[in-house]
Amino acid sequence: VANLTASVGRSAASWPPVRYRTFVALVSAGFRRFSTYRQAALAGAFTNTVFGFLRCFVILAVAHGSGNRAAGYDSAQLVTYIWVSQGLIATVGVWGDSALSERIRTGDVVADLLRPVSPVVSYLATDLGRAGFAVLTRFVAPVLVGAFAFDLYVPRHLLTYPLFAVAVLLATVVSFACRYVVNATAYWLLDARGPLLAWMLVSNVLSGLYFPLAFLPGWLELALWWATPFPYLLQAPVDVLVERHSLAGSVGLVAGGVAWSGLCLAGAWYVQKRGERRMVIQGG
Amino acid sequence: VGETVAVYARLVRAQVRAQTRYKTSFVIDLIATTLAAGLDLGTVLVLFRVAPNIGGFGVRQGFLIASMAGCGFASADFVMGNIDRLRNIIRLGTLDAAMVRPLGVLGQLLASEFAARRIGRVVQGVTVYGIALAAAHVRPTAAHAVMVVLAPLCGLVFFSAWFLAGATISFWWIDSGEFASGFTYGGRDFVAYPVTVYSGLFRRVFGYGLGFAFIAYYPGLVLLDRPDPLGLPGWTGWGTPAVAAVAAGVAALLWRIGVRQYRSSGS
Repeated sequence: VANLTASVGRSAASWPPVRYRTFVALVSAGFRRFSTYRQAALAGAFTNTVFGFLRCFVILAVAHGSGNRAAGYDSAQLVTYIWVSQGLIATVGVWGDSALSERIRTGDVVADLLRPVSPVVSYLATDLGRAGFAVLTRFVAPVLVGAFAFDLYVPRHLLTYPLFAVAVLLATVVSFACRYVVNATAYWLLDARGPLLAWMLVSNVLSGLYFPLAFLPGWLELALWWATPFPYLLQAPVDVLVERHSLAGSVGLVAGGVAWSGLCLAGAWYVQKRGERRMVIQGG
Repeated sequence: VGETVAVYARLVRAQVRAQTRYKTSFVIDLIATTLAAGLDLGTVLVLFRVAPNIGGFGVRQGFLIASMAGCGFASADFVMGNIDRLRNIIRLGTLDAAMVRPLGVLGQLLASEFAARRIGRVVQGVTVYGIALAAAHVRPTAAHAVMVVLAPLCGLVFFSAWFLAGATISFWWIDSGEFASGFTYGGRDFVAYPVTVYSGLFRRVFGYGLGFAFIAYYPGLVLLDRPDPLGLPGWTGWGTPAVAAVAAGVAALLWRIGVRQYRSSGS
């Protein structure tokens, strides 16, 4: 135990928390690990495509029923919103997984703590690698099908494309950090099923997956944008792509993403530090 | 027969006892699953807030169709939903244990994977369905009364068939992942809106080819005394039991073939 406490105390003060080459190696390891599940990715892309058609027809009927514009989006923007958000579910990892909480429960997390890199950093790197593979499969496939079947919105500014890419990267980081905190509740609760379920509930609807957040009453939408990270999981990248705001507005959304990803990562870092103090290694 | 039923009842009781042992955990689970079902109907209401009519239907009619679909899906999820764990059961080789016991394999799986918390969804679904029936001003006739009960029951059978068929795929395709969800959860979302919303090949395949149009939309038209804008006769809603029966038959056949050709993982 003395050894463990000693090594847990490691990288707390050092900055940067990880060497660039280590981080890149971890990202590419994450990419390779998830690229072995090709059939599951294919199955997932198929399901995203089915849901894309479904939601697309429904949202077009909504647009039709409200005079071809719904909450400031025209039909092409709504169609793009549907297909891109279907592609982003798996890329951003909105639904998340319970890997970390399982490792805390079983005590396997001790192996992560003994490594010279903080688990927040190494898990982030793995998650970015996972997202990289998901872009190539789970994002590209549904969006291509959507582009064949419907008229998607074509951005007017060239700058929108790089801004969208950055917004998706930031969304992945925000999503990762939130899921990390949710999983890390297992340090205190041992079983994180409750918090995981709660995350599933709120992240789906509040990130703008079920409908654009602008469909909600104005005060509620405003509160979500300013007080929670949820809109930055899906709604922000999609709003950047369909140019809901001016170019300056899109830059503002990306800036919001930077702020929230910093805040959420700091939160994950803090929770991890507190959790390590709290943790009891299970098993012998 | 009575003895077999008693064994299944015992298995289910044991599951319920085990799951309710940690009371707080169970209550949280129960509340969360109930709320999750509420979100789907909440989404329908949000969309109707933006557009007063969707696919030619107002909020009261649309909500009746959605809640009827939700009711059938929730009960199917309660009875059959956990069969989607079949993939893991095959992967881990634990299906072999079920095969050597003197009880039906499907019955054993359903009893041993029974999730008591999903009762919350059924209760919620039935309650909301009642409210929707009142809000849509359904005329109280004998035929309507029969349809009010018949439609969710057919939904239960129909969605159960899809859950079973979806899980059966894992006998051949172990990495099928979310493939089946496209039809089970996708089907639920499809059924929640009037079929007039969809168009082209998608409507033909999903609505008529796979039968999803007959689960809530046509029974809903019968309850609302509305002719079908797509031109099918008024009695189409009464064909729902036939559609559910065909789905159940196909799923049962698939399951039989799957179980017969199952080879253990060999450990």
